[in-house]
Order: sequence, then C-alpha cells, then structure tokens
Amino acid sequence: MNSAGKKLIQKANKVRSGLDDNFRDIMVIDIYKDVETISSKVLNISSQRKYDLDLKIDRILTSPIWGLPIMFLLLMGVFWVTIVGANYPSQMIAGFLFWLEDQMAAVLDWLNIPWWFTGFFVHGVYRGLAWVVAVMLQPMAIFFPIFTILEDFGYLPRVAFNLDWLFKKAGAHGKQALTMSMGFGCNAAGVIATRIIESPRERLIAILTNNFVPCNGRFPTLIMLSIVFVSAAFPPAVSSIIAAGSVVGIVLFGVIFTFVVSWALSKTILKGEASSFTLELPPYRKPNIMRILYTSLIDRTIFVLWRAIIMAAPAGRIIWLLANISIDGISLSLWIARFLQPFGHLLGMDGTILLAYIIAIPANEIVVPTILMSYTNSGMMIEISDLVQLKSLLVDQAGWTLLTAVNLMLFSLLHNPCSTTILTIWKETKSAKWTTIGALMPLVIAFMVTFLVAQIVRSF
Amino acid sequence: MERKKKNRLIPGNVCDTCSFNLKRLGIEIDKIDHVVALAGNPNTGKSTVFNSLTGLKQHTGNWPGKTVTRAEGGFKWGGRSFKLVDLPGTYSLLSASVDEEIARDFLLFGQPDCTIIVVDASVLERNLNLTLQILEITNKVVIALNLVDEAKRKGIDVSHTQLSKELGVPVIPTVARSGQGLGQLIQAVIDVIDGIIKTKPHRIVVSDKIKKSLDELVPEIKTIFPDMPNPRWVAMRLLDGDIKVQKAIEKGEWNVFLGESIFDRPSQKDQGTAL
Repeated sequence: MNSAGKKLIQKANKVRSGLDDNFRDIMVIDIYKDVETISSKVLNISSQRKYDLDLKIDRILTSPIWGLPIMFLLLMGVFWVTIVGANYPSQMIAGFLFWLEDQMAAVLDWLNIPWWFTGFFVHGVYRGLAWVVAVMLQPMAIFFPIFTILEDFGYLPRVAFNLDWLFKKAGAHGKQALTMSMGFGCNAAGVIATRIIESPRERLIAILTNNFVPCNGRFPTLIMLSIVFVSAAFPPAVSSIIAAGSVVGIVLFGVIFTFVVSWALSKTILKGEASSFTLELPPYRKPNIMRILYTSLIDRTIFVLWRAIIMAAPAGRIIWLLANISIDGISLSLWIARFLQPFGHLLGMDGTILLAYIIAIPANEIVVPTILMSYTNSGMMIEISDLVQLKSLLVDQAGWTLLTAVNLMLFSLLHNPCSTTILTIWKETKSAKWTTIGALMPLVIAFMVTFLVAQIVRSF
Repeated sequence: MERKKKNRLIPGNVCDTCSFNLKRLGIEIDKIDHVVALAGNPNTGKSTVFNSLTGLKQHTGNWPGKTVTRAEGGFKWGGRSFKLVDLPGTYSLLSASVDEEIARDFLLFGQPDCTIIVVDASVLERNLNLTLQILEITNKVVIALNLVDEAKRKGIDVSHTQLSKELGVPVIPTVARSGQGLGQLIQAVIDVIDGIIKTKPHRIVVSDKIKKSLDELVPEIKTIFPDMPNPRWVAMRLLDGDIKVQKAIEKGEWNVFLGESIFDRPSQKDQGTAL
C-alpha cells in the first residue's frame, strides 16, 4: 500500500513537471470555459434594470472622487444621529440607576446590614454595573442598528473597495480592507477574518493592525467621551456636530494608523510585495428589519453590554476595596493614583485614569466606566444625577482638560487589544512571539502618541 | 433524541406545507444519522439556510467572507436527525488560503453524506466555478438555487430544470431569507442520501493536455483505492501538488485528517444507513 502510494505520487510529480503550463492555470481556464457553456444554456436575461441600478449606485459610492468624501459624510451622519439621540435618554437612565443605588443602600441600612457589605455590593458591584449601563447602553442601542443597516445594505465591502488601493500602497493585502472593516464590528472577528488572506506575511500584518480600528466595544467609549466632553465644551448649536466630528476624526486617525503601521511592518519585520486579488462587491439588498433588530440588539447591544457587565462587577469590587483600604489614612487607590500621576501627566492624562486602565485590562471597553467609578469612590465626586453634570465635575474636581479627553480617546483607540482578541491572535498564529507583538505594539504606540500630543499641546 | 425539548419551530417559516416535518435541534447534535455539508460562494445565503434549518443564530450579513470557520448545527426531519456543517464561503477550492482549505478538507476527507451547494441565482456564472469543483469531489450533491427573487428583480431567469440536467444533480430554487423552498431542499437531500435520486454529476470538460495526464493517473488511483469515490479529483489535486492529498495517499488511509469529533459517526457505522 505504502509503496504503491509513493510510486503514485512520484508518477504524478513527473507528469506535472512534464506539463507545458502550470496545471492550475490550465484548469482554471478549462473550468471557466465549461461554466460559460452551461450558463449560456440555463440563463435567460430579460432586463438589466436592477444590475444597472446597482452599477449606478456603485459608480457614486465607490467613485475615485466621491467615494471617500461620501464615506466620510456617512460616518459623520451615523455618529451625529447617535450622539444627538443618546443624549437625553442617557440622563434619565443614569438618574434612575443612581437613585436606585441610594434606595438600595438606604434599605440595607434600615435592615442594619453592616456598612462594608453595603459598600462592597451596592457602592462597589452595583455601581460598576450602573456606570456601564448608564454610559454604554444608549449609544449602542442607536449606533448598532444604524451600523447593521449599512452592513445589511452592502455598504461595508464598498468601504473596503474604496480603501484597498491604499493597503496595496502600504505593502499589505487589499483584502485587509475587508478584515479592517470587520474589525469595526469586533477585533477578534476581524482577526479570524484574516483567514481569507492567503499569504502568511500579509495575513500577519492584517492581524497585528486590526486593533487600530475601534470595535463595537470601544465605540461607545468614544461616543460617550464625545458627548460628555467635546459636545459640552461647545455651544449647543454646533456641539453635536463637533462631537460627531471628533469621533469621525478618531476613526480616521485609526485608519491612518492602520496604513502607517502596515507600511512600517511591510518595510521591516514583514518584508515583501503585495499580492493582487479580486474583491467582489455584493448586490445592494433591502435591509431586513427583523434581522437588523435582532442582530443589532441581541447579537451586538446585549452581547457587548453583558460582557461589559460581567467585567465591570469585579472591577467595581476592586475599586471599592482600593478606595476603602487605607494606609496612613490615605486610601490605596489614592496611593496608586499618586504613584502613577507623573506618568499619567506625561501622557496627557492622570494617575486615576491609568489605574482604571490597569484594573480594566481584561476588557478595556469598560475603561471609562471604571475611571468614573474610581473618581466617585475616591470621594472626588459625590453624586451624579446626569451626564451633563458629569463634565463640570470632571473639569472642576478631577481637573480634566480638553487634552485629557482627546488623549483618553486616542488612548482607547490605540491601546492593546482586549483579552478575547489577544487570545484569538494566539489561536490564529499559534506563536507566542506574534501574540506578544500584537498585544504590546499597540500599547507602545498608544503611549507614544498620547505622549507626543500632550507635549505638543502643552508647548503652545 | 429522547430528551424533551421545546420545539422552537415557527409554523410556516420553513416550508408552507411541510414545516411540521422539521424539528430544529440547535447544537444538540450528539446522535445523528447523516452529515450534510453546506458549501457555496461567499454571500450567497449559506448561513441563512443554516440558521433557518437548525434554529441557531449564526451571524448573517451582506458581507462576503463572514463565515471563515465551520459552524455546526442539527435538525430533525421525518424521524431522522441531521448534522449540518456550514463551510466557509469560497470562490474556488484550488488555493492555499485557510478558508478554502477548511472547505476542501471537509468535502474531501470528511465525506459528508450529502452536500448542499448554495448558489446565488443572480450571479450564477460566478458561482458555477466552485460548483463544478465540488461536483468533482462528491456525487452526493443537491444545489440550492438561492436568491431567485433577487435574480428575478434583476431580470435574470435561471431554468432550474435545465441546470439540473446540465449538472446531473437536483436543483431546488429557494429564497432562504423567507424559507421558501427549504422543505423541498431537505427532501431532495434525503432522496439523494437514500439513493432514490441517482445523481450523475457533471465532469469538468478538460483540455487535451490535462486529459492525457489524468488518464495516466486515474487508473492507478483506482487500483490502489478501489473504494475512492473521486479518483479524478484526487488526480487533479496530485497534479496541483496538494501536500495533504499526497500525505493521505502515502499513508494509504483517507481519514488521516479526520481526528475531530465532527467526523465521528458511530450511529452511521453501526446502522449502515448512508451510502
């Protein structure tokens, strides 16, 4: 059996080397000839109307001149709607959730439950959950359905089409435009999607840079920061536009970073030429309302929120403990925050932000809720009834500036991928080296960028 | 499946007349009679077919390359249980990218009892490339001519009877989004598995150069592996230098890549239901 098999392979190899042309090339030509014959017998094309319409839409949406500006405007519109829409219900929900916290604490007090129990569970765990829901739910409930409509309509592959030439210029695979767009949904999914890229070199570039586009978990952070901070810093007439613009700016910055890092990788540790490919543009489809509601609300909103809640509960506990265990009359969290302060200041942020970031490492989409938890628990902020108040509190009591907000946005855009994504990189590459690079390279870049921005802003 | 399970079937969703036959099993696929693979180009609605048959919620979207891993789910139809394997959507099975490899390996080494190729009727030509390649690998094929509604809107009419004649396998027009035609699709799958429908799959018409090489290799493969269902495809793979196929032949056993649980089908081996 064995020897017969070996002989067969030897023979096959001999026959193959005897062929004039590459076997696969001949094969492909033959298959296409065959396909043509069959198609001509079964196809009856009566009109090209829908096809023509698709083509017309594509001519605009993927035009070399209008493609990118339209993309920009669409992004702008999506974020604007999200920001305007998320503003009002947010205040109501936040007010209600924190009112509930007080009521629960009051009931427990009345029952003579020890203070540390109330503190640990109500002011620790519950407050963590309340913050996550308060700042993440509304942006997600508005953003995800719109995002899903665009996806269902067939726009995302057009985004890829508009950008693929840039990837080629960067020495990466054009298909990386697709995996990057996928990363807007979820970076872990984006990393898995790189399987469509044949060359291992280009696939690695796509894996390592996927983190630079904000995922569904990080979008709410960006949107939230833009609502609380950027929009509150400007007069109401223009505030929501400027807030939307700041999110678009951050997203574009992430895309630019994807190009720059891809280019740098392809010139250094992952040298090589870009290979070519065909990108298929799917037909435009009328979005299916039920499916959009299901995907955006169950698959995305509930999924992201649930994950955040699971991660926020332990984070809330840790923060409460750190705030309530004191050495020399100063709480542990204040010790750590003070210790991190000089470093945080260098990066245009502060010690508390870095502390929150460290606590939230397993799920960095909850960095902002964690920061707010740390501030409230360390006694810097007493009570918050709505998100508009939040801004003045951040400014007046925590000493935030526009630089703090911008750098925090940049930091949450660029810092290391979440634990799920890191695990996925490991599963896909099976290499400790690339997993480490995938985790640390973005972090180092995040430090560098925030440092530079802080220095430039302060020098003025 | 003795376990009592809430029947999640929505009446009329899958097939107007025969929906009572279908019982979605979700991921309860520990005991199954048949394995059915779902193959096709990206973005043709494979995952939609998968979801409506299994009751699972694989993420679907207008998005080529969304499924890059294999998803599995189960359903029960007329007292028999099926495992459905949703393969990554690919344009071809010839290249070395991971998604094509997953699809190719499963069809070749997993030897499903039947393969459903989901084809987008509105861009049939583009889809036939993969279809012809799969027909070389396996005889047990049913084609779901999906998105016929979209094709009609585009003014494209595909004669499914003619296509069935050309390809030598059943072709069922479907609209997976609304569940139209899925009942007939499963029935065709069962008929193919049971041998009620005899398929005579189309063979790729190859040019003389290749034909000569294939003629040299195919008889030898047949003598070494008399039971092999697809000696011509294996010859093609050898000529293309496919390392996995070479290894399988060297070892003289076809199931070297069948280590995963999905391929274990004790019920089938015991009862000898299929093939």
